Amino acid sequence: MNLDFTSEQEMLRKSVAEFLAKECPFETVKEIEESDEGYLPKLWKKMAELGWMEVYFPEAYGGYSDPFMDVMIIMEEMGKAAYPSPFFSTVILCGLILTEGGTEDQKNALLPKIANGKLIMALAQYEEEASYQPTGIRMPAELSGDQYVLNGTKMFVTDANIADKLIVAADVKDAGITLFLVDAKDPGITCTKMPAIGMDNTCEVIFKDVKVSKDDVVGNPGRGWEILERMFPKAIIAKCAEMMGSCKVSIDMTASYAKERVQYGKPIGGFQAIQHYMANMQLGYDTSINYLYKVAWMADEGMDVTKEVSALKAQVNEQYKYISERGVQIHGGVGTTREFNIALFYRRAKAAEYVLGDTDYHYEKLAQALGM
Amino acid sequence: MDFSFTKEQEELREEFDVFFKEEMKNAPPKWGKGGLESIYATDEGFEFHKYMAKKLGEKGWISRAWPKEYGGQAVPLIEQFIFNEVRGYYGAPGIDGFGVGMFAPTLMVGANEEQKNRLLPPIARGEVFYCQGWSEPDAGSDLASLSTTAIRDGDYYVVNGHKTWTSGAHKADHMFLLARTDPDSTRSRGLSVFNVVMDYPGIEIRPLLFMDNKHVYNEVYFKDVRIPAKDLIGKENEGWALTRQTMNFERSGGGGFLSAKKSVFDIIDYVKSTRRDGKLLSENPVVRQKLAKLYIGTEVGQALAYRINYEQEKGGLIFAASAASESKVFGTELAQRVANYATEIMGLYGQLAPSKWAPLDGEMIDGYQFAPAANIYAGSNEIQRNLIAWVGLNLPRFK
Ligand SMILES: Cc1cc2nc3c(=O)[nH]c(=O)nc-3n(C[C@H](O)[C@H](O)[C@H](O)COP(=O)(O)OP(=O)(O)OC[C@H]3O[C@@H](n4cnc5c(N)ncnc54)[C@H](O)[C@@H]3O)c2cc1C
Repeated sequence: MNLDFTSEQEMLRKSVAEFLAKECPFETVKEIEESDEGYLPKLWKKMAELGWMEVYFPEAYGGYSDPFMDVMIIMEEMGKAAYPSPFFSTVILCGLILTEGGTEDQKNALLPKIANGKLIMALAQYEEEASYQPTGIRMPAELSGDQYVLNGTKMFVTDANIADKLIVAADVKDAGITLFLVDAKDPGITCTKMPAIGMDNTCEVIFKDVKVSKDDVVGNPGRGWEILERMFPKAIIAKCAEMMGSCKVSIDMTASYAKERVQYGKPIGGFQAIQHYMANMQLGYDTSINYLYKVAWMADEGMDVTKEVSALKAQVNEQYKYISERGVQIHGGVGTTREFNIALFYRRAKAAEYVLGDTDYHYEKLAQALGM
Repeated sequence: MDFSFTKEQEELREEFDVFFKEEMKNAPPKWGKGGLESIYATDEGFEFHKYMAKKLGEKGWISRAWPKEYGGQAVPLIEQFIFNEVRGYYGAPGIDGFGVGMFAPTLMVGANEEQKNRLLPPIARGEVFYCQGWSEPDAGSDLASLSTTAIRDGDYYVVNGHKTWTSGAHKADHMFLLARTDPDSTRSRGLSVFNVVMDYPGIEIRPLLFMDNKHVYNEVYFKDVRIPAKDLIGKENEGWALTRQTMNFERSGGGGFLSAKKSVFDIIDYVKSTRRDGKLLSENPVVRQKLAKLYIGTEVGQALAYRINYEQEKGGLIFAASAASESKVFGTELAQRVANYATEIMGLYGQLAPSKWAPLDGEMIDGYQFAPAANIYAGSNEIQRNLIAWVGLNLPRFK
């Protein structure tokens, strides 16, 4: 066994951390949250220059072919900074879809653009029913000549408002779920940002007679769900890494507040009630983070992690909520303000809970994976 | 034993019910559950609060439980409890939690006759709204360590200091202020209570934004603010004992469980009419169990609230003090569970703030953000648990 990161990985972690500490302090995070764009183009460009977009992309398409563990590290650090950006939508969700299921032409055309920071992408999977299941994808894509025509509504499409291209999951008659590359600026598309607890870019996207060329089918018609399923495990690992990074700062900022804040002549961190909360938070963190690392390693080794990613997401959902919620409680009143940073994480924990399956969804998937 | 209400009490409930059901049709859009955010975050919200207060004042319902000498009808507490339950169920405003809930009873026990005659009637008429000037940046749970001073100068007290968290100060007419009148004193000695008119020169109010960016709470700065000495409530330097009584009034709410029950019923309606993955949400055993658990919470919480009310009526305040802490802890944490389970049950929609897309008008996700605040204010749940252990169970208390 070797549970250490390589020195390159430690360096990567350090450089992401330093970059975000300098470029995106929490004051900037709040400004971004309050902006329409929900991200800072300037930082996006800089990140591309630093080479963080293409870390895991295959060398053949201009990437570094690094282990996914490295992406996990980047996400963990982004979670610590509560950094709002389309990294997850573009590099993780759509990047994985393209690397796992795209045609040669698509990979050659799109992955280098993502790497250069010139292409922002968003995945349009969920619909009005808000199901995580393949049966939730009902939007029809009708073949007409050598084009498909999309009509319908997609919900909870994160970053659609700033995306250049969307990957849209739709149902093709006789073939089944199919993924389409769609120009986000198509005149038949209406995109509206919805107000949400995460103050993020979750959008409603309405498609009216949007025409897509056959060449813009990702992989082959009818293969959509299969491709999504190949994307899910690593995307869940990445999301959980971000959430765990957020847990870590939540604990750290709460512990330091508890040492400073004096009531009844004592630092509140000296009260046993507070100490027990903090001990539980630490327990939640240490159990989850080591499991995250294990599952990320398994995925890099090419093992089947269907079971593990469900266990992981359910565990991290619960712990992130617990840790950030107790973090607010220990801060007292100031913890509930816009000014103090712990509430950023309290809000974001709720938003993260729904990403790629909520807790109850993953409990059920895990039960099934366990043969029940 | 008899848990039933009398016929008169049932009729009264019906009367309240008809009134609130009708009046709530006038609520502004996106009104919410009638909490601090509903009232103070928007101008329309506060206008509706004032409108309702006036109506309730005209009906004499604000002061029903007050002694006759202060213009009340001296009805038994249980009637007020029923009133609060029904009002909570409809999320209706009109009762100023600070003026009516906390300061009026404080005046009744601590003010002189001139003050009672001057200050109580406008509260009863629903015309004057209060805010609570207690907390300071360095004095939260440990309120007695506060440092705002009020120094006697002829017929005035001159106030300097910084209050924080003051809910609704930007809308309030008056504040009940706790300040240090003896600058050489420490902790609970040397504090006094004042009635402060909010437009006195030298008072500056700045917003303290909540996590969702709403303006409900405030920082209030006092710079050489001159308060007439006649507005000292009770004796100089003896404000702590009076404030302890105000705290008891603050904590003995108890009408909140019917409001939580209303939320549970709203969620039940939602799951019975929302399909996902080919089934109604109400067919999902996990959803069913969550709602069953919440319902149990509202039932047992309400039963405890009845007991507290009954004991208070009988004068069994020793039991009631620790039980009021239990009710505060249980009620706030139940509200938190309601909001969390509801937003879990809604799936992806659970994250949406009030908007055309949000189920139940986004009340549940608003509640999810407000819940931690309720666990902290009016004596944090840690402080309440300390009291339950020390007062209720007589466990040792380490210094
Ligand atoms: C939404 C909201 C509205 C409010 N409205 C008003 C208002 O209108 N007027 C007003 O005057 N105040 C108001 N307050 C302030 C409120 O009274 C204080 O927040 C509360 O007293 C707690 O103080 P604090 O925030 O300074 O937390 P602290 O006292 O600093 O507490 C921090 C943490 O330490 C814990 N702690 C403290 N002491 C102990 C102990 N002995 N044992 C164990 N744990 C302990 C607390 O429980 C908390 O978890 C409001 C607060 C909120 C959140």
